[in-house]
Formats: sequence, structure tokens, C-alpha cells
Amino acid sequence: MALLEIENLVVEFETASGPFRAVNGVSMKVHEGEVLAIVGESGSGKSVSMLAAMGLLPWTAKVTADKLTFNGRDLLGMPANERRKIIGKDIAMIFQEPVASLNPCFTVGFQIEEVLRVHMGLDKAARRKRAIELFQAVGIPDPAERLNSYPHQMSGGQCQRVMIAIAIACNPKLLIADEPTTALDVTIQKQILDLLMKLQADHGMGLIMITHNMGVVAETADRVVVQYKGRKMEEADVLTLFANPKSNYTRALLAALPDNATGDRLPTISELFVDDQVEGAAR
Amino acid sequence: MSVILEARNIVRDYHVPGSFLKKAKTVHAVKGVSFQVEKGKTLAIVGESGCGKSTLGRILTLIDPATSGELLIEGKTVDIAKGDLTPEMRRKVQIVFQNPYGSLNPRQKIGDILTEPLVINTKTPADERRDRAMTLLKKVGLEEKHYNRYPHMFSGGQRQRIAIARALMLNPKLLVLDEPVSALDLSVQAQVLNLLADLQDEFQLTYVFISHDLSVVRYIADEVMVMYFGEAVEYGSRDEVFADPKHSYTKTLFAATPRADVESIRARLARKKAA
Repeated sequence: MALLEIENLVVEFETASGPFRAVNGVSMKVHEGEVLAIVGESGSGKSVSMLAAMGLLPWTAKVTADKLTFNGRDLLGMPANERRKIIGKDIAMIFQEPVASLNPCFTVGFQIEEVLRVHMGLDKAARRKRAIELFQAVGIPDPAERLNSYPHQMSGGQCQRVMIAIAIACNPKLLIADEPTTALDVTIQKQILDLLMKLQADHGMGLIMITHNMGVVAETADRVVVQYKGRKMEEADVLTLFANPKSNYTRALLAALPDNATGDRLPTISELFVDDQVEGAAR
Repeated sequence: MSVILEARNIVRDYHVPGSFLKKAKTVHAVKGVSFQVEKGKTLAIVGESGCGKSTLGRILTLIDPATSGELLIEGKTVDIAKGDLTPEMRRKVQIVFQNPYGSLNPRQKIGDILTEPLVINTKTPADERRDRAMTLLKKVGLEEKHYNRYPHMFSGGQRQRIAIARALMLNPKLLVLDEPVSALDLSVQAQVLNLLADLQDEFQLTYVFISHDLSVVRYIADEVMVMYFGEAVEYGSRDEVFADPKHSYTKTLFAATPRADVESIRARLARKKAA
């Protein structure tokens, strides 16, 4: 059985000029121990579809799906307090901006122990012990000392490690990483990706990587979903996607990589890909 | 080929003042960097955050003075600490910043943003300023109707085009590009890189391109300088540096760059299966 199953997910936002469809009939499955990458430009609905699965969208968003289940349990029909027991514990998320997603008013130690208190019900000493273990696991030097630091006292890479530590605190079955390395340098990016892959392999988690970086996809994913303007353009295993992409959009995306530049000019997506079928179908 | 920009042993120290409990200390942000760039060429400065590449960019753009060392623009020594900075000098070097959301004043219209450099540095009359702004808007792929709009009405890629147009308003010889595409999506990144290449051909511009993305550097640079903790650890033509990196940090950098070719994916999947 798949860990997370999404069928025909639609997310709409009410705007002044009528409803706006951010996600338009996306379906996907993630199995245990699998790394799924969701690729797309900004505005392709890749983050929104995952936020919808997490139930983190504001009430103004209208979420409908034929099926949205985690471990066989229906997430949409379930009461909010039931759902909150799953979110943050069995499904955890790492957000894009590590510095912005930590609370600047509290120490990182407080923020990681909060998760352990709410979901695991550990006592004070056990929480501290587990927090130190987690900081060690994500490679923060001097963990006992660093628990008392505030986010602004740490670098971007260190903050991202704290975010990862918080996300894996309750041994989630599924981890969603929303552009986990976009704000980071290449050398730090490599460290964070290696760390995520190691944790994923050690715990046998399902991992969803949301990214627009084809390099990150190539380095991490087993299977890839390509999204464009709220629609799924292609789904394939990673080798097939890079070696033999089916959709025109994926081909355009790969051609726009500077690594693949052949002449003096980079082909741009708008030159290679005319999205008449998407425009026609969506509206 | 004439040399537009030459740096000789540039050093920049920042003094962090001490306090009651802390001793004063000096941060050596740039430790003696030398290079030269020929007209119409691109020098890429690569390094991780905190290695001094943006500090160097600010020195080249004549925003900050160097602590010691010589900076020559078109063969003339400039030292802004001594007050050498004339409007003529200022016109020769311009900069494009990393984050187009932060570098455009949200309360100014695009037209005002574009004409402001002319107002400050030249005596160009208003109608000529406007004409020039219109010409450049079209050059960077925007339209005349955008002249009276505000920055929030534009996407990230369009804003970066506006920032590039503003930098070109004074007809500079040298453009310092401080991570101009790292805040942009892959597809928009390709468009902006193409635009930069076109503008370089048309105006014979010289670029100093600051970046940490090696795939972009390989595409755009003629020469590459790798910085690490304030020092230039590697400096040479693009092909030299990419074919045969000498310094261990450059090798680390190459190893850390994600590879998106089919062979590397196959190798990774094989490794995963074996593990």
C-alpha cells in the first residue's frame, strides 16, 4: 500500500476575478522508502499541492480530491484534531527558508522540544536527551551548547539542519522537503542533500523533494513528477525522465539547463514549449 | 585588446569594535587579490558565502574603499577613500544586485528608478532621460507601457531586467553582476543569461560575474577566479579551471555541484542498489 495517495487533487483560491485554480487535478503516490521529486517552476502548484496534503493552507483555499489518504486513512474527511496528531508526527515538512521558518523569539532547543512534548509526551529530561541526539544526527557540532542558541545566531545551513532535526524528531513515515537547499551554497547544499538521503535510507522514510533544480532531482530522486501551471505533465522514474523525456515541457526544462548549452545561447522554455493544450484545458 | 579593469593586491579589512567584555578584532574579508579583465570579456568570481566575493564586488563598483591595494579602471587609478570618485568614473562602473525584490524601491515608478542615475550623475534634460529609459526598457525585453508601473507589478525575472536596464542607463564600460540569476527560476534564469550575453555583444560590455553556481559560470565566463576565505585560490581561463582544477577547494566545489546527466544518475542508482 502506498504511504501517501493523492487522486485528482484540485486547489482553488477565491480572487477578485473569480476562482483561481492553483492545482488542477494532480494525482501521485509515494511508497515507503521511496524518494519522489516534484519539479516545476514557481507558480506550478508544487508547494500548494503538498501544503494541501498537510492541511496547512489557509481556510480561503478550497481543497477537493477524489482520494487523499495517508497509510490508508482519509485525510480530508478526518476531524481536525485527529489530523493534527498525524501532521508533524507521521508526516513532517521542511520549509524553504530555514531562517524565516524558525521562530526568532525562542531558542532552537525550545522549538525542537516543543515537538517532542506535543507529539511524544516525553518529560523534560528525556526531551533534552532526545534533542541532543537529534542535533548529533543532523551534524550540528556541540549539540548541548547549541540548543540554547537563537536562530539568528546560526548560519543558514545550520538553521536548515535544525529544521531537519525538528522534522525527523518523531520518526515520521513521510518527510516532505520544500526546496530544502534553494537558499544555500553548493557546498552546504551537498551536505544537506547527503544528510537527507542518509536519514531517508536509515529510517526507510518516504521522502518528497519539491524543487526547481534539475541537478537536485538527478542527485536524489527515484521517481519524478513534473508539474506545470497546476497540472501534472509527466511522471517517470528518474533515469527515464532524463534519458528519454516524454512531455515537451520536460524536454524544454532539460534543455534550459546551462550544463546542456550547446551554442552561444541557452534555449528558453518559452521558445521550446507552447502550452496551448494546458491553456485550453484549464480555462 | 585593452584592459578595462585591473586590481592589484586588493585588501579589505573590517574592524569590529570591542566592547566591555569583547576584544576588538579585525576581519580580513579580502586578502590581497589581483586580476585583470579585458574589454568585452567576462570574469566570474566563484566562492561560498562569506568568502569575500561580494565585498570584492563592492570595491570594484566603487561603493566601498579598499584598505590597501590599487584599483585601475581603464588604466586610471581610482581610490575613493581619497575622493577620486568623479561622476565620470561613477558612470563607468555599475552593479546589478542579487535580489531583485530588494534592490528596487517599491515606492518609485519604473521610470523614476531608471532615470535616477542620470539625474544624479549627469545634466541630461528630462525628455532625453525619458527617451533613454524607453530605449533601454525595450532593449531588456520590456515595453514602453511598463514605464509608469511600480516594481510590485512585475515578476522576479522582469524585475531583474529592470535592474539590468538601470545599470545600463549611464552607458557603463563595466558591469558587476552580484549573483544576478540565483534568485530566479531555471526558465527565467536562461532568459536573463541570454539577455546578458546579447547586451554584452551589443555594447561591448565587460562583466564581473559573481556567482556560486558553477553550471552558470561555465556557460557565461571567459575567465574564472575561485575565492576561499578572502584569497583567490585559483585564477585562469574557464577551460583551464574546469578541465584541471588545482586547488583542493575548487575540487570540493566541483564535487558538490549536482550533476544532471544520465551517466551520473545511473551511477548513483547503482550505488544505491549496492548499499
